[in-house]
Amino acid sequence: MTVESTAARKPRRSSGTKRAAGADSARKTAVATAQPHDAEPQLVQLLTPEGERVESADSAQFAPFVADITTEDLRGLYRDMVLTRRFDGEATALQRQGELGLWASLLGQEAAQIGSGRALRDDDYVFPTYREHGVAWCRGVDPTNLLGMFRGVNHGGWDPNTNNFHLYTIVIGSQTLHATGYAMGVAKDGADSAVIAYFGDGASSQGDVAEAFTFSAVYNSPVVFFCQNNQWAISEPTERQMRVPLYQRAQGFGFPGVRVDGNDVLACLAVTRWALERARNGEGPTLVEAFTYRMGAHTTSDDPTKYRRDEETAAWEAKDPILRLKAHLLATGGADEAFFAQLEEESETLGKRVREVVRAMPDPDTMAIFENVYADGHALVDEERAQFAAYLASFEGGE
Amino acid sequence: MAVQKLTIAKALNDSLRKALETDPKVLIMGEDVGKLGGVFRITDGLQKDFGEERVIDTPLAESGIVGTAIGLALRGYRPVVEIQFDGFVFPAYDQIVTQLAKMHARSLGKIKMPVVIRIPYAGGIGAVEHHSESPETLFAHVPGLKVVSPSNASDAYWMLQQAILSDDPVIFFEPKRRYWDKGEVDVDAIPDALHAARVARAGTDLTLAAYGPMVKVCLEAAAAAAEEGKSVEVVDLRSMSPIDFDGLQASVERTRRLVIVHEAPVFLGVGSEIAARITERCFYHLEAPVLRVGGFHAPYPPARLEDEYLPGLDRVLDAVDRSLAY
Repeated sequence: MTVESTAARKPRRSSGTKRAAGADSARKTAVATAQPHDAEPQLVQLLTPEGERVESADSAQFAPFVADITTEDLRGLYRDMVLTRRFDGEATALQRQGELGLWASLLGQEAAQIGSGRALRDDDYVFPTYREHGVAWCRGVDPTNLLGMFRGVNHGGWDPNTNNFHLYTIVIGSQTLHATGYAMGVAKDGADSAVIAYFGDGASSQGDVAEAFTFSAVYNSPVVFFCQNNQWAISEPTERQMRVPLYQRAQGFGFPGVRVDGNDVLACLAVTRWALERARNGEGPTLVEAFTYRMGAHTTSDDPTKYRRDEETAAWEAKDPILRLKAHLLATGGADEAFFAQLEEESETLGKRVREVVRAMPDPDTMAIFENVYADGHALVDEERAQFAAYLASFEGGE
Repeated sequence: MAVQKLTIAKALNDSLRKALETDPKVLIMGEDVGKLGGVFRITDGLQKDFGEERVIDTPLAESGIVGTAIGLALRGYRPVVEIQFDGFVFPAYDQIVTQLAKMHARSLGKIKMPVVIRIPYAGGIGAVEHHSESPETLFAHVPGLKVVSPSNASDAYWMLQQAILSDDPVIFFEPKRRYWDKGEVDVDAIPDALHAARVARAGTDLTLAAYGPMVKVCLEAAAAAAEEGKSVEVVDLRSMSPIDFDGLQASVERTRRLVIVHEAPVFLGVGSEIAARITERCFYHLEAPVLRVGGFHAPYPPARLEDEYLPGLDRVLDAVDRSLAY
């Protein structure tokens, strides 16, 4: 049973005979035996890697939350994932071509993001980290807006209140508290909308995430904590973040935690809908751990070959979220070749548009440095703005 | 009656009450602010009258308090957060510096952050470690934050309401050793602008600049200097970000000498910035270098030593004498 977390697995301590071999080796043994990660994780899964619909005891309670999903809806989810992957791939290429300073790829995490993102209502509010390109897609944020930060022309190019999609947050875990506070406000307003906070397995080690769990639990706030456990926090594996499965952490705070197959878009949709409904019904927070994998680097700055094995990556390739839905659609006659061909065409159009928009992005005006530092103005900013403007104007033909 | 004689603590309490009455979006949040009324009783009686939804006792987690206040502000509320003591603000420093201060700028002005963080600060009450610090420089250095400190009851009453009305985040430092000082508060007055310096005592020979708890020390020093025939002007800065350099410059151009006094360590303190800027602005007016009096580059000492650590009358008068000797 994965819901209402069962007791945490206790780490087995090393034996006395091991200890005799030396304190150092005993410590290493204790760490190694404490890892629950080698075991096959219990997952809520509705679609196998081979594309077959399944229902286990663990997933039975969630299946009704996608009972209304039609074949057309499935094609829509597939389209979302394909276009998101295409956008992401284009951004990675643009970084390699020097058009972006950095890119944080979501490759491999499309199902977690599209499944959860499509579970949301318009009036729900999303607090992302910096990799939620698929969720942004679901919220209707123009994907090219996500690139401004990575190109270095702004710190986020969209109005958060237009799509109820907050700006990307780079300090990991900070946004889980913003989400909790926002949810406290939703409850005060008597609204029935919900809030969702995205974060990663690495961020789960941050104190802010623990404080967000505490606040949301004691105030019974309508917030869903959606952790994409992609197995790696830059080069740190999950064994360096936790000694019990992440979803079980919720139990200590007094709310349910669920581990869902993060590469199964249908299961992610179902579990997130369930968690959002709990929030709307006044049942408080939920932790969803989407068990997934970051197929690429953390960002374009790092090199995963230095810290993880090819066999591991290959094993996850077999669980690809897009291929499994394609297999399902093909096997059930839910989509034909014409659909896939048309989608391919649409992908190309999107890629082309992204390239063109990025290359055409103008640098911001120099004086933008001084804009929006304060809402009510500030004497020092005014003084420095005037001084810098005078300095620039002092050049021949200056601005 | 419009004019009342109140302690700074009561003036702050009345100010919060007024804010809660005026705007239903104003919230009070913090540790022990509800039933207890705060460890200094600044929020005394507010939860009783405005309820637990407006005056919120929080878990003991400062980052959580500020981080959730940011979320509430995003939802349209105006949270007034209490950090119990100065030294406890650091667990929240990340949220204040990386999130609260930058939200308006990084949203290109789309988001406003009307959050006030009240911090009882500075020494003089014989407290234990982490209960007597003056970290104002660390906040004044951060673009996006405004930093103020009242020195008297009237400012306590008015500046807090002005801070709550501001759409920018304001760090509101309350001089805890002055909480019980009484002063006149005219609740019908038109208050000074939140960031304007104020001449607290007029003089012609030298300007003493201070804020918060040190204003009283400087006024006492000016009175003592007057007995020796020296006319010392005292400027209450009231705001450390922004600093009213125009107001201070006007005073220094009159007196031609400046001594800055604060409890925080002198090194890279608010006084350093003032000395640099006033030297730049008033170079041809100054008869003496700008001098600073303040704390040492040492951890705040045990309570039995704080009288030696904190600038008192004699250290301020010594600096006045040094300046006048040029």
